[in-house]
Order: sequence, then C-alpha cells, then structure tokens
Amino acid sequence: MAIVKNDSVIEQEWITVDAEGDLPASDENLIVPLARFKEERDSLLGRNGGLGVQLNPGDAPEDLADDLDRLSIITVNFPAYTDGRGYSYGRVLRERMGFTGELRAVGDVLRDQILYMHRCGFDAYDLKVEGEVALNKVRAALKEMSVYYQPTGDGRVTAQSLRERRRAALQ
Amino acid sequence: MYRYDDFDRQLVHERTEQFREQVKRRLAGDITEEQFRPLRLMNGVYLQLHAYMLRVAVPYGTLRADQLRQLGMIARVYDKGYGHFTTRQNIQYNWPKLDEIPDALLDLAKVEMHAIQTSGNCIRNTTTDQYAGAAADEIEDPRPYCELIRQWSTFHPEFTYLPRKFKIAVTGSPNDRAAVKVHDIGLRMHQNDAGETGFEVMVGGGLGRTPFVGKTIRDFIGKNDLFSYLEAILRVYNRFGRRDNKYKARIKILVHEEGIDKIRELVEEEWAQIKDGSLRVDDAEIAHYIEQFAPPAFEALFDDDADFERHKSENRRFANWVRSNVIEHKQSGYAIANVSLKPIGGIPGDATDTQMELVADLSEKYSFGDVRVTHEQNLVLPHVKKADLFAVWSELDKANLGTANLGYVTDIISCPGLDYCALATARSIPLSQRISERFGDLDRQHDIGELKIKISGCINACGHHHVGHIGILGLDKRGKEFYQITLGGDASQDASIGKIAGAGFSEAEVVDAIESLVTKYIDIRESGERFIDTYRRVGMDPFKEVLYGDR
Ligand code: HEM
Ligand code: SF4
Repeated sequence: MAIVKNDSVIEQEWITVDAEGDLPASDENLIVPLARFKEERDSLLGRNGGLGVQLNPGDAPEDLADDLDRLSIITVNFPAYTDGRGYSYGRVLRERMGFTGELRAVGDVLRDQILYMHRCGFDAYDLKVEGEVALNKVRAALKEMSVYYQPTGDGRVTAQSLRERRRAALQ
Repeated sequence: MYRYDDFDRQLVHERTEQFREQVKRRLAGDITEEQFRPLRLMNGVYLQLHAYMLRVAVPYGTLRADQLRQLGMIARVYDKGYGHFTTRQNIQYNWPKLDEIPDALLDLAKVEMHAIQTSGNCIRNTTTDQYAGAAADEIEDPRPYCELIRQWSTFHPEFTYLPRKFKIAVTGSPNDRAAVKVHDIGLRMHQNDAGETGFEVMVGGGLGRTPFVGKTIRDFIGKNDLFSYLEAILRVYNRFGRRDNKYKARIKILVHEEGIDKIRELVEEEWAQIKDGSLRVDDAEIAHYIEQFAPPAFEALFDDDADFERHKSENRRFANWVRSNVIEHKQSGYAIANVSLKPIGGIPGDATDTQMELVADLSEKYSFGDVRVTHEQNLVLPHVKKADLFAVWSELDKANLGTANLGYVTDIISCPGLDYCALATARSIPLSQRISERFGDLDRQHDIGELKIKISGCINACGHHHVGHIGILGLDKRGKEFYQITLGGDASQDASIGKIAGAGFSEAEVVDAIESLVTKYIDIRESGERFIDTYRRVGMDPFKEVLYGDR
C-alpha cells in the first residue's frame, strides 16, 4: 500500500499485469512477469511507456541478460517472507549483471527482512502498511544493525575491512 | 582462543536489544504468537511441550571458563538449576520464562555468547572436532576456519530464508569426531599432491526421516577459496532447493534427486563467477585467525610422569577413568580429559549449575581456561598435564562427573524425546537411563568396548539414531510407545546409515533386546573387533536371529 524508496514514500507509477491480463495503453508504464516478457518480448519493447519485469520464485534473472538496459524496474516477488530465493536474484542482478534500475521487493515484505533485502541490492519496498508507518518501518529496519560481516554489493563496509584498516593504521 | 573484538560485541548487543523490543511487543499483545514465532526462532527460542526452550550457541564447541561459569549461573537464575548439552555442541535451557529471556540473553552477551541462528532456516552453528588444537592426529586446528565460517554465516543477508536449516561441520583430523558426513556440508582437512592444506567438501549428508551420507562435491578446495566455494553451494541451494515440501527441502534431497554430478556442475559454474571476488580470503588474514587460536603456553615436559603412573597403579577407579576417558595429546606431558555427562542412570548431556561451575574452575586451574562441548554430549578439558590428571579426576568424581565410560555402551546420545519435545512419538531419556543401568557395571562395559547407542524420540533423528552402532527410534503404535532398532550405523570417517533390524519392541522388551545383541557380539567377535567391526564382518543375520528367532 505504500512504496518506500530513497528514504521517502513514492507514488505507484507502474501497472503490473499477470500472464494473461490485458495490456494497458501503450504509453502507460508496465510491469509483466518474466515468462510473458520472454514470450512477447518484441511487442513489449515496442511500446511507448516504461517497461519492467517481475521475477517470481523459480525464475532465472539470467534470462534478462540481453535486455537489462531496456528495463527501468525489476520487481522481485516474495510470495511468503520465508521464500528467500529473491535475495539471490537481487544479488545476481546487481552484483553480477550490473542492473542499475529500480529493484523493488513486492509481496510479503516485512520489517524484519528489509535490511537483508537492502544488503542484497533492493532499493524499493512495497509494504502492506500506509505511508508514514511504512517509511518509519524502513527507516528503523535499516539502522537496526551497524556491523556487517559479509561483503555484498551494497557498499557497506564489512567488519573485516574495518579491522584491516585499523591494523594498517597501527602499523 | 578467539576473543570478540568491538565489532563482534556490538553486533551481539544490537541483536539483544532488538529481541528485547520484540519480546516487549509480544508481551504487550502488539504481536500475536503467530507473528512472534519467526522472531523468537531467529533467537533460539522454541516452544516445547511444557514451556519455552532457549538454545544457546557454543560456536564450534569451544568455551572459556568464564563462559561456562555464566552458563551455570543462567541455569540457576533462569532455569531449574540445570542445562542440557546437545548433539550440536550447544546448550539448551528447558524452563526459562519468556519475560526473562531478554535478561538471560543480556547475561550471555556479557560473556560474548548468544542464541543467534540456533534455529530457523538459516546456517546454524558450525561444529567441529572437540579435540581441535589438542589432538595428536590432527593436520591443523580447524577452529580458525570455523570462526571465519561463523562470521560469514552470521546474519548472511542472502541465506537467512533458505529452504531449510543448514548445518556445516569441519574436521581437521582424518579420524572424524565431528560426524561431518552427516551434515549438509562436511569439510575434511587434508593435503593435496602439492603439499598444500585444504578441504575435501562433502554435501548432502543428513539424518532426519531420509538419512544420507554426504557425497564429495570437490576433492580439494584451498583455504583462500573456501568461503567463496561455500557461498556458491549455498546460492545454488537457495535458488534450486525444494520449497514445496518441508520434508524434501534439505540439500540432501536436492543432491539425491538431481545427482551429485549435476549439483557439482551448478556449483562450479556459480563459483567460477565469484571465486576472485571479495570472499577470497588472503593468507595474511588467515594467519591472523590462526594466531588467535595459537596453542596455549605449554610447558616442556617429559611424556611420562611418575606420580601419574603411581596413582594409576594405586587407584583402580582412576586407572579405569584414564583408560576410557583420557586421550593422547599432541604435546608431550599433556593429555585430553573427557568429562562424562553420562553418569550411570542419569540424563545424557544434563549438567547442573554447580557442575558447570566446577568444570569451569578446573579448566582455569588445569586446562588454560579452555573447555569443549562434544557432539556426543560430554565436556572436555583439552589441555591437562598428566601430572594433574589425578587431581582433576578426584574433583570430577566428587561431583558425579568422573564416570569412566567414554565411548562405551552407557555413553548414550539421546534426544529430549517425549519428556520435553512437542514432536516426540515416544520417550527417549527414560530408555537411555534404563539401558545405562542395565550395563552399569564398569568391567562389563570395558569388556564390551566401544559401542555407540543413539536414541531418538521420533523420526526427526535429533538423537542421531541412524548413525548409532545400535540405533533406537521411538515410535507410537496406537497410543503405545515402541522402539525400532537399527544396526551398523556409524558417524565417523567410515560413515554409514544403520539398517532396520525388523519389527519394533515394546518399552518392556527393548532393553532385553539390546542386551541380547551385545551378548551375541561377545560370543562371535574376533579379537580386537568392536561391535561395529563384527557387524560389518557378519552382517545382519546373526543379530536378527537373536532378536527374532524364527519369527
Ligand atoms: C524442542 C525440541 C526439538 C525440536 C522441535 C526439534 C526438531 C527437529 C526437526 C523437525 C528435525 C528434522 C529437520 C530436518 O531434517 O529438516 C530435527 C533434526 C535434528 N535435531 Fe532437533 N529438535 C529438537 C531438539 C533437538 C535437540 C535437543 C538436539 C540435540 C541434542 C537436536 C539436534 C538435532 C539434530 C542433530 C538433527 C539432525 C538431523 C539433521 O540435521 O539432518 N534437536 N530436529
Ligand atoms: S528426535 Fe523427535 S522427539 Fe527427539 S528432540 Fe527431535 S523432534 Fe523431538
């Protein structure tokens, strides 16, 4: 009900259709599931509006390799918060394939998972709560921890590199 | 031993505070038990039959004296005066009150301990050889690598919602005391042809309702590459492991269904893309961790000690204890002393507050403040001078911790079973107590020699019954407990899964059945054979016959 990105609540500017749904007018911004994108790729790329793809669990982000720069947004669906496949998709898209557009988590997106999603490259979260509440949840979640062990592509400095810096400074 | 630095401490403190808030929300009724469940599970809090249970992590089974003393204090203040050491080298408290758990976690954090990732579908506590850094037969101390795995796996953002829980075990010795072949990933240290030390990587081992021995996915991975290789395996598992059925979600099923060759291909393909990335650990960093586990300041001693020999010849009970519970140390003049938590007729793995404090004191006085927890639910003082063994044993003996039964038939692994566990189909602790009493006589135990009995109270196999030389599985048949016996299981480097002997036995019959197996073994064993060796030589039939006759 509220999408949080870059420390603010943003408008929903995208229409998501499923495998069969009718497509909106050509100049509307559209998100389609990966399977449909693969099937109707050429006609979808010929539309006037923005284009995005939704990944569902079991999809291969690698299938988007040739088209990443044509996509402004990729949504990753977490049908249940316990299904963690989307975390791997996030890292593969960002760290390996170099996707720079919006990476939005949709579905069962809860406060306690947001930090992990952020660490895996997500920058937008579609939450089931309203504006201010959603924003506060994201803010709280992102600052709950301050020590990170794993190097991911999120730019956070790991405990290990801080230790190395400290050791170097002492030498 | 590894000491937390400010980063490690900060992380645990932040986590402790986070959980305190979550418990507050639960107690205030802001969140339901349903919503609270995943949060408490991430912090080692289970709901058992009678109460909440708190599982505290003991990373790679290594404890300092002050930590063990604190565990004793927690048993006294927050529990009923005891704790239960588990097959995953952890400790469980069976009776904490939910509103007090945040305080217990704070007390744990004061000694750098926590309950993080002791449950949930994440990478669990990494386990290893309890004799690490002390064993005469080890290639290298595995704990520096375990510590690096601990850090890599703690709050790993990508691998916190895996299809199912994930357990990694490491052995630095060819004699596997960490059961690495029945873990999701088992790592065995060895040297390659070029003389470098690295790891054989095995995947897909596990117990539970479909037990498997792990398969080798890679013969050798160098130390620098270990972590990227682990990440590659976990990514493949996270993406492709089954999520449609919780009983088919472990990596062992993926390996079984797809075949090890296919999984190897996927992992190698994944690894090729990340192996030169930021998870590559350089030699300097590894050296830094090795240094943290540097051997304590051993004295240069002769291996023989006259007083030690004299005490052995004068005190038969001490001599018995040395024979079963004391193991060769790599340092001359020192020994590894095992503290049995299996007194005859006792509850396997339980220790009282004062027992924990005593072992903590003894470790400070005699073992450089170092204590280990074993996956067979005992404790270890890893570095004791031979000259001090008599003093150590005398103290242990007074506290009912000096039982001379390591590896013997009464050194039973048992899960909590129906006495505590909501999933149990039968009791397991009372059965282990009855078997222990039946075989209590020490001379007889010694004559029987190494014999591993392992008992689970349901098919989830927390008591490792599949890898017991004799395994016992408690089931429920129309409201009555009965026990299925498996033979020939083994958790060592020669790992195998036990075979079901036949129809189950009632609670009244099962101890006699075990005794008849042991008697048969004594009758037919050849010189030097352990139970498992005899079983491997003669097979199931002779044992089946004593169990079932013509039935
Ligand atoms: C509240 C009590 C407990 C519950 C509800 C519980 C639940 C389970 C379940 C459901 C499994 C099967 C998981 C799977 O194969 O996916 C399992 C396996 C296991 N549990 Fe427990 N458990 C409990 C206590 C313990 C204790 C006390 C220990 C240690 C003594 C333990 C150690 C293990 C081990 C070693 C496995 C082995 C199976 C494997 O990882 O392949 N559990 N447990
Ligand atoms: S084996 Fe079964 S009864 Fe025993 S602790 Fe595990 S789940 Fe409970």
